[in-house]
Amino acid sequence: MGERLIELREIKKSYGNVFAVGGVNMHVDRGEVVGLLGDNGAGKSTLIKILAGAVRPSHGQIFVRGTEVQGWNPGKSRDAGIETVFQDRALAVQQTIVRNIFMGREITGPFGFLDVRKERSEAERLMREIGFTSKVFSPDSIVGQLSGGERQGVAIARAIYNKADLIILDEPTTALSLTETEKVFRFVRTVRESGRSILFIGHNIHHVFDIAERFIVLDRGRVALEVTKAKVKSADNLIAFMEHIAHPSGPNPLDEILREKGAA
Amino acid sequence: MASIVEQKLPAEQPNGLRQFVGGNRASLGTLAVFVVMMVIFFAFAPRIFSQWPIYNSVLQTLPVALFLVVPLVFIVTVGEIDLSFPATMGFSAWIFALVVQAGFDPFLGMIAAVIVGMALGLGVGIVVVYAGLSSLVATLGMNFLLRGLIMIPTEGKSISLSSLGDTLAYNLFSSSVGGFPIQVVWAVIFVLVAIFLYNRHRFGVRVRAVGDNPDSAAQMGIDTKRIRVATFVFMGLGSALAGVFSTMINFTWWPSAGDAYLLPTLAAVFVGGTPTWGGVGTVAGGAIGAVIVSFIQTGIVAGGLSGFYVQFFNGLIIILSLLGHRWNQIRYR
Repeated sequence: MGERLIELREIKKSYGNVFAVGGVNMHVDRGEVVGLLGDNGAGKSTLIKILAGAVRPSHGQIFVRGTEVQGWNPGKSRDAGIETVFQDRALAVQQTIVRNIFMGREITGPFGFLDVRKERSEAERLMREIGFTSKVFSPDSIVGQLSGGERQGVAIARAIYNKADLIILDEPTTALSLTETEKVFRFVRTVRESGRSILFIGHNIHHVFDIAERFIVLDRGRVALEVTKAKVKSADNLIAFMEHIAHPSGPNPLDEILREKGAA
Repeated sequence: MASIVEQKLPAEQPNGLRQFVGGNRASLGTLAVFVVMMVIFFAFAPRIFSQWPIYNSVLQTLPVALFLVVPLVFIVTVGEIDLSFPATMGFSAWIFALVVQAGFDPFLGMIAAVIVGMALGLGVGIVVVYAGLSSLVATLGMNFLLRGLIMIPTEGKSISLSSLGDTLAYNLFSSSVGGFPIQVVWAVIFVLVAIFLYNRHRFGVRVRAVGDNPDSAAQMGIDTKRIRVATFVFMGLGSALAGVFSTMINFTWWPSAGDAYLLPTLAAVFVGGTPTWGGVGTVAGGAIGAVIVSFIQTGIVAGGLSGFYVQFFNGLIIILSLLGHRWNQIRYR
């Protein structure tokens, strides 16, 4: 595996005496797609907010490329190359694709006037880079006219323009059709091929299983399972495990599978 | 079925004209309303509308409306509203009148008025944005407050500035060249600069981004509060210019200066095709909207109807325009 991009050690976050995240250890390496799973209330969104710097952990250490970062905040998260694409509040849908990609980081010439040509060609380049191209829309199309999957493409193109090394996708395929989900997967694969990393959060275990190489399952603020795709073998095994932690009865269904693998 | 993995360069270049029409639907719609209205006026009073004086009388006062409607488009786009600009206009014009009355050069008066106008805009903006008040109610309050601050010391007395006519500032900004009011040129320059500011400048695109989705804009590092305050400062600038120009046109400052512009200016913004929900708008449309509103009044009286019809037709045009834009525009969510 590549360079260790980010590592969380013993991260805790408590609200009063309730732990939303209670001692999480996890890492994301360069060029990998990690799937983050967990039921509602498992601590996924708190963890994402911690990674984005929006929530300050009450305990624990954060390492970026091997060195510990003190005073973690949104700015430092961004400097570390982490970009979070939140589910539905990511885009300004009445604006064009170009305007969304360069939102807050416009390419300007003299007196703050926009360099429209440069923005357009840069947008075309970014969209090609993630395979986000079509005959029916151009960089000047209004985002509101795009499908759900295509909107994720705009958000990903923007993250790449913002020089993100780790793109966190929060439920990017929830409420998307099969075709649209496949589009998002295509963007994710192209992004990974360029050496960037993705943390993919989702409800639909089949979706996450299809796209990620390694899975982290959260349960009540802790990592209940961390496993590679090769080891867990199938989405059904993953689902069986998640049902097991939700309603523990009988032995852990993964025990056997993982032991087999370990013995081999 | 085409594979979704198929990769093609984006589209054939969109046809230039089609793209222009698509991108300017609202303002072109407004222009169509204006043309239809003028055709009707022409049909009813061909003799009056084929002669210059009626246009001259509209052009006299139109510039004042343009200075107000343009920044208001920015405010509505960012998702706010301002009802305090009439008092800001009256207040800055008062400063202008005082400076000129005291014997200083009108240029100095203009600079003072602009500074005061922008400072008042800043104040209104800070009250609305940082205190988190509803702009509808807070600016209504500010309008009363500022008007009161004018009325108390002046005791409602106007200031006459008869010496203004001999000054360079007057010749440059308010005289007429061959029967054509020169202030129109300045107002048109203001509109053109604002069109570029709105469409092609960092400020304009950030105003639109904040009005469209403040969460998204904030996440992308845009200081949404600062942008919103900045639109109010811009409104203050426009109000000050409107105040100065209206004082120069009339050679007189009235304590009620600006009051009459509140509703026509608001109407012009929405007749112009800027929707109420923020994120999008059109400066050019707003300017055409101001022309429409100015012509309704003059046109109806000139067309031979009594002044009692003015309000009725004002309302009719506003409602018809809004219906037209409703049909013409889609709100993307």
